[in-house]
Amino acid sequence: MSQRHPVLTMTAISKIFPGVRALNGVDFRLFPGEVHALMGENGAGKSTLIKVLTGVYSTDAGTITLDGQQVSFAGPMQATAAGVSTVYQEVNLLPNLSVAENIFIGREPRRLGSVNWREMRRRAKELLARIDLHIDVTELLGSYSLAVQQMVAIARAVDVNARVLILDEPTSSLDADEVAQLMRIMRQLRDDGIAIVFVTHFLDQVYGIADRITVLRNGRLVGEYPTAELPQIALVEKMIGKELDALERLDSETDRDRAAIAAGEPFVAADGLGRTGSVAPFSLTIHAGEVVGLAGLLGSGRTEVARLFFGADRADQGRLAVDGAPATIRNPVAAIDRGVAFCSENRRTEGLVGELSVRENIILAMQAARGWLRPVPRRKQDELVERYIKALSIRPANPDMPVRNLSGGNQQKVLLARWLITEPRLLILDEPTRGIDIGAKTEIQRLVAQLSDGGMAVLFISAELEEVLRLSHKVVVMRDRRLVAQLDNDDTLDADRVMRAIASGAEQEGLEKV
Amino acid sequence: MTTTPLAARGPRAWWRVPQRQVPVLATLALLLVMYGIGVSQYRAFSNIQVVFNIFIDNGFLLVVAVGMTFVILTGGIDLSVGSVVAMTAMVSASLLGDGVHPALVLLIALLIGPTLGFAMGCVIHFFDIQPFIVTLAGMFFARGMCTWISSTSIPITDGFWTSAAQERIRIGENFVTVSVLVALAVVAVAAYTLAYTRLGRNVYAIGGNQQSALLMGLPVGRTKIAVYTISGLCSAIGGILLSFYTLSGAPLIAVGMELDTIAAVVIGGTLLTGGSGYVFGTLLGVLVLGVIQTLITFDGSLSSWWTKIVIGGLLFAFILLQRLVGIRKK
Repeated sequence: MSQRHPVLTMTAISKIFPGVRALNGVDFRLFPGEVHALMGENGAGKSTLIKVLTGVYSTDAGTITLDGQQVSFAGPMQATAAGVSTVYQEVNLLPNLSVAENIFIGREPRRLGSVNWREMRRRAKELLARIDLHIDVTELLGSYSLAVQQMVAIARAVDVNARVLILDEPTSSLDADEVAQLMRIMRQLRDDGIAIVFVTHFLDQVYGIADRITVLRNGRLVGEYPTAELPQIALVEKMIGKELDALERLDSETDRDRAAIAAGEPFVAADGLGRTGSVAPFSLTIHAGEVVGLAGLLGSGRTEVARLFFGADRADQGRLAVDGAPATIRNPVAAIDRGVAFCSENRRTEGLVGELSVRENIILAMQAARGWLRPVPRRKQDELVERYIKALSIRPANPDMPVRNLSGGNQQKVLLARWLITEPRLLILDEPTRGIDIGAKTEIQRLVAQLSDGGMAVLFISAELEEVLRLSHKVVVMRDRRLVAQLDNDDTLDADRVMRAIASGAEQEGLEKV
Repeated sequence: MTTTPLAARGPRAWWRVPQRQVPVLATLALLLVMYGIGVSQYRAFSNIQVVFNIFIDNGFLLVVAVGMTFVILTGGIDLSVGSVVAMTAMVSASLLGDGVHPALVLLIALLIGPTLGFAMGCVIHFFDIQPFIVTLAGMFFARGMCTWISSTSIPITDGFWTSAAQERIRIGENFVTVSVLVALAVVAVAAYTLAYTRLGRNVYAIGGNQQSALLMGLPVGRTKIAVYTISGLCSAIGGILLSFYTLSGAPLIAVGMELDTIAAVVIGGTLLTGGSGYVFGTLLGVLVLGVIQTLITFDGSLSSWWTKIVIGGLLFAFILLQRLVGIRKK
């Protein structure tokens, strides 16, 4: 491969957003006829790199050459015209038009100025037959599954003469058969000499198809490796990193008396709980006063587990017991009634109401629990809000400030305060420290430790292993939507062991080779 | 990995209608049922001239509705059509009164509508403003211009206009007017444009998903401006046909016509959210409105407001039908 010339070279690419260095001197090479996996955790810079390549963003430094020519695209349309096409997870096609038209619109075959429908159908059929897709091309695109739509998008991209095809998380919402078919198409296109950039977080798929892997972390290039020379454990290590943590150790503040905790009745116990297409059946108990850390790569099913406990998704398999008694949690209201609180990952879109003040946001869940007919008296509101602003050191300490104007860390604390006010028995925290500064991070970690000492059960989800290890009594490892390991956090547990579980957890059960 | 489970889908049974044509066929069925009711209730209803009269009385509405179909297919709306129709008729009547040559009057009248439409399209596209508010402004502007030209009705006595208005084109024992032929020609041209030209296909594409259309490299801006220009042109033609029909220009004529037009388009099966519908459906929609009017005229005892009541009921029914078809799709 080395004697051939790369079709695409990106050299020393940097991209700076206000306050963030999203890409820092990243190099990327792509050869014709290869599938090149672009790997990295959330925020590593994968999507920024792709957006820079396709002209959605401009570069702040660095050069891009395509076929030896230096290029700089003003937008995805220009990139497509030059032979760089992107197929996104959410297909950017037109569901209201026929399959044939979706492939050819904008460049329809014409006769005497009229669209030649018969010719268009014939060519569409031919084109799809080449990737072994035999469907009625006169049907509306929207009547087909997402997988088929994606393949149609690929067919269009290839027919527009793509030499570089970028597949951005194409398999996230496909089932196993559909993934297999997509993989087959990718191999076929690769053999035809097309260079494919494959962005995904499914390790099995990467090892099933990719020729080479480029790993990014925190906006920097970690390295470029032939897949065969990079064991899975090494890949995970490179993605997650083992940088020295600037944070102080909190061990002293956490009372890790696991024996005492485990002796009590579990607060919740899941037995074979699962949801088709979301997360495979798993069993897990959480005791009062216990912090259970949920580790795994992005998209491994961490959030899905949390959503089942909170009733945001309904389980279709297994049983759930609360306080030893069987319980069904149909919806979040039922969960809140049973003392479960959920701080979601997207605090802006799913949690806080930006226009409302700190006070109003904090009172929201409590008010909802009481019912709207019994308003919380203003004096009680003030008292509670003031107490939590002080306890969580929310800054600025102004209850009337719109939440939108607070920093990320303080927004997170407002969200926490809202749930704490309802005095939950199980607190689910989904990435509570993502994107906030180190000071706020430490405060939130200390608070979690205090809450569990006070008898609250906590399910703590985080991409940062150090943080999970520091806080948890038990670490649960997810991989490819499956619970693969439950590790007691004793002295022998370290980041290495967790990482090994993340990388190889499914191996005992046999990798689903595609 | 030999066969693809994804493509498992038998050949379509002959009786299974493609989903996108369900609303149009529902309108067709409705039209036939209402016509059947008319024929069974009133002896004179079966006279073919009754059908021709529906075309004669609604020719201008049909033309304007065709223009509206283009706009609604992109997911937009044009509230200015009624006022533009009135303005075109007013300008024609006023210029003819001043003794300007009818050919020149025709040319000027045909230019006003598209020019205003083009301007509104540009504002909608370049400033990214909702079509609703831009065309609302256009509606007030054009209506104001009517009253500025004259606050009272201006009669038309020009020879060309009166002959166009009174010319009867015989078909067997019955007849139609020039307006009917013009309207049908507009329908034919529009149907061809939508089905067989890139402009037409781009109209559907934008209505489907504007963002995708942009990413697929389609000329979104140009197409959006074009549909408002087309709607303006159709309103101008409609205005001239209306002035043939009434032989006058009146400042308060065609008030609320934009709503009748939208009703006809929606009853004709075009989705208000855009991306799905046919000019043929719009033709049927206009005919449904015409048949309702005729039925109420034949009855004689009902107030003409019943037309509105029935149209209101039908609109509800059709929006619900579209919703149900849409839900079944998912």
